[in-house]
Amino acid sequence: MTKIEEHASPVENQWCPGCPNFGILAALKRTLAELDLAPDEVCLVSGIGQAAKLPHYLKANVYNGLHGRAIPAAIGIHVANPKLKTIVTSGDGDLYGEGGNHLLHAFRRNPDITVIAHDNRIYALTKGQASPTTPRGEKTRLQFDGVEIDPAQMLATAIDHGCTFVARGFAGDIDGLTDILKRAIAHRGLSLVDVIQPCITWGNHPVDWYRERVVPIPDDHDPADRDRAVSVALDVEDSFPVGVLCELPEREPFAASYRERVGDGPLYELPRIDRSIVDERLARLVVREESTREE
Amino acid sequence: MDRNIFVTGAAGEGIQTIGDVVARCFLTQGYPVFASQEFESRIRGGNSSVRIRVAEEPRNAPREDADVLLALNPVAREHYADALRSDGLLISSTPPPNETGTSTDERNRISIPFVPLATTHGGEAIYANAVAAGALCAAVGLPFEDLDGVLSSAFAKRGDEVVRANVDAARAGFDRAASQLGDDVPEELPRRAATYAYASAHETIPIAAAAAGCRFISAYPMSPSTGIITAFARDADLGVFAEQAEDEIAAINMSLGASAAGARAMTATSGGGFALMIEGISLAGMIETPIVIVLAQRPGPATGLPTRTAQEDLLFAIRAGHGEFPRVVLAPSDPQETIDLTVRAFDLADRYQVPVVLLTDQYLADSRFSLDRLELPAEIPADRLADPADFETYARYTPGETGVSPRLAFGQGGHTVCLDSDEHTPEGHITEDLRTVRPAAVEKRLEKARRLRKEIRPPDEDRTDDADLILVGWGSTRGAIAEAVDRLRADGREVGSIHFAELWPLPELEPQKEARYWTVEGNATGQLAQLLRGGVGWSVEGTIGRSDGLPIDARYILERTP
Repeated sequence: MTKIEEHASPVENQWCPGCPNFGILAALKRTLAELDLAPDEVCLVSGIGQAAKLPHYLKANVYNGLHGRAIPAAIGIHVANPKLKTIVTSGDGDLYGEGGNHLLHAFRRNPDITVIAHDNRIYALTKGQASPTTPRGEKTRLQFDGVEIDPAQMLATAIDHGCTFVARGFAGDIDGLTDILKRAIAHRGLSLVDVIQPCITWGNHPVDWYRERVVPIPDDHDPADRDRAVSVALDVEDSFPVGVLCELPEREPFAASYRERVGDGPLYELPRIDRSIVDERLARLVVREESTREE
Repeated sequence: MDRNIFVTGAAGEGIQTIGDVVARCFLTQGYPVFASQEFESRIRGGNSSVRIRVAEEPRNAPREDADVLLALNPVAREHYADALRSDGLLISSTPPPNETGTSTDERNRISIPFVPLATTHGGEAIYANAVAAGALCAAVGLPFEDLDGVLSSAFAKRGDEVVRANVDAARAGFDRAASQLGDDVPEELPRRAATYAYASAHETIPIAAAAAGCRFISAYPMSPSTGIITAFARDADLGVFAEQAEDEIAAINMSLGASAAGARAMTATSGGGFALMIEGISLAGMIETPIVIVLAQRPGPATGLPTRTAQEDLLFAIRAGHGEFPRVVLAPSDPQETIDLTVRAFDLADRYQVPVVLLTDQYLADSRFSLDRLELPAEIPADRLADPADFETYARYTPGETGVSPRLAFGQGGHTVCLDSDEHTPEGHITEDLRTVRPAAVEKRLEKARRLRKEIRPPDEDRTDDADLILVGWGSTRGAIAEAVDRLRADGREVGSIHFAELWPLPELEPQKEARYWTVEGNATGQLAQLLRGGVGWSVEGTIGRSDGLPIDARYILERTP
């Protein structure tokens, strides 16, 4: 086990005092410590938004890229160096809105990464517009008469698209969230953890409103039952079931066949391909009587 | 000899196979071929052509008029009839208009029943293109043995029966053409000892990229760039991971992630996809992460003419991206230069930690050139990731005289590496320090641009010393401009040319000569002329521009030369 202090970052935190993001940060640090992951073994990838600043607040490799584009960047990082534990940590607007298409295809690709969606149901950094998960009818600083479209159901979509680990956590329950994150990171293949992270500045409900409505997923829930998992994922009318919704047998992870050819190390450690291979490819382009053409 | 053969027909009729087979027959016989294609954006039907130019020495530029027109169907015959020279030969399935033989140009037509001969001799109508190839070989003096050999090797994988059917159908076409030509059947081309490398510019990119250490490509299929990722996917021995992205935004961001994790990475697209990638290009500039982007141009705006050629994206490539950051734009003109510039693109991207755009176009993607040889540079520069042992604590953007900081990949040697699209401290962390950090970061990026400018190769000059007119071009028009200069010189004009292969940062240039300067470009607005006027204060009198989607050829230039 690494020590929590090893994961501390000297960077000044820009979050609002009391923001539940601090709970996610604490749970992630504990998770990394308990999984015995050193800072250099972890790569945190994020997009833009308050949640996306998290990678600066603990010590790790950091790729804080473009809004909505954390997922493709993480896929590239994972392919280039599967020895790193690549963890995406960004908001619901970033992951489900701006970058929703990438997440959809990431479920299909199944790279061995973990995606933590800080789901505060609002655009906070831009001061209070609807996010993809804002419930219909809720008034915002842009949807003045209330949101007129239905919220995205990304957990159900994830299960539907073959994601083999789908969970919901609560930023106000650091112990519970740590347990979920440990399982998610240990899971081989893409794992999605949507974390309820009430926005204390722009959200329509205080943290306690959520705390009263967070309920553990029943003990008899079978995470291998996809249909049931979809139902639980969609069942957010009156309460929020928290825990592992879906955990399926691991599928072949992304880039497995390439990795069979080149081994599992970082690509920068591979030597250049043999010069004779490329010279031979050029030689093939010379047309001679006996030359055959490959199509 | 300078013969130009048009093989024309509808998409799906196999004109590419005919063109390729006949080109290889010429090459086997020792003659260099330049083959270009123009086709419609559809899977079946329409009018397409493959143009084969053959000479004793490589003439790697298109010619607009045809010495021989092979038309597989009547629509193609009508569509391309104007291209056929008055002394040219038409090969089609249509009987001459005047069966009595009184037509003045009857001598220049032969009528080959492609499909009936295919059915009779090959067993199926699909061998009509083999019949046509046979007829064409007879009409241009290629010995049948060449065709037999090329067909046999081309179809070897499909089995003896397919080879035999093709050869028999080709023989029937060959014999029918020979008998119709009668006394006009050309003498057999004498065999020459020469051999040539025969390739498109795009065919060389994956090979050169792999040699330069590329390990990752993510791209979204878009004409005319698709062949690049396809070649990586087909050839696992090149060792490059190839992923078809869900869109071009994903493509560039995946490649940047891979690059940040230490893999040499690239992507390839055309104008519309490049537009989607632009935020990623700006990101590459900000996080100082190397990436090579092939931008294979086609005419725009928007979807434009998807299968045609253009040079409309020069200023776009140079300016693309919000904010101010250094980048490199290179534009090869033939397969060998494409190899050299691909290797150079990876090296410059790595040494300066910048995005590098390799500007090609449909003409370079789909035309095959004959060159004496194709070769990789003797020395291919090594990767420049830093040695992690050099640092006790590592900061990704450590300032220094050159603006280029030592680069480590994530986790390399036990270090942590922090990259941020926000303005960042030397450690890579988000900052809003406007007094010291931001100005230093701006200066760091600009210093890289200043140093890059000194790296950029000045343009090549050809016969400019005594010229009173200088034609200035870039990228794929080089061969056409050289041919136009030759012909103008032959007519007694004092003309020279300047060719830019490296366009950005604009290199330091010699003072202009006492001559009129005109650019020759595949666009309507003279983008290089604009660049030279604004960037280095050159006086450029005008532009010979082409924007109809077809490549510039010498005749086009001559008809518009001031």
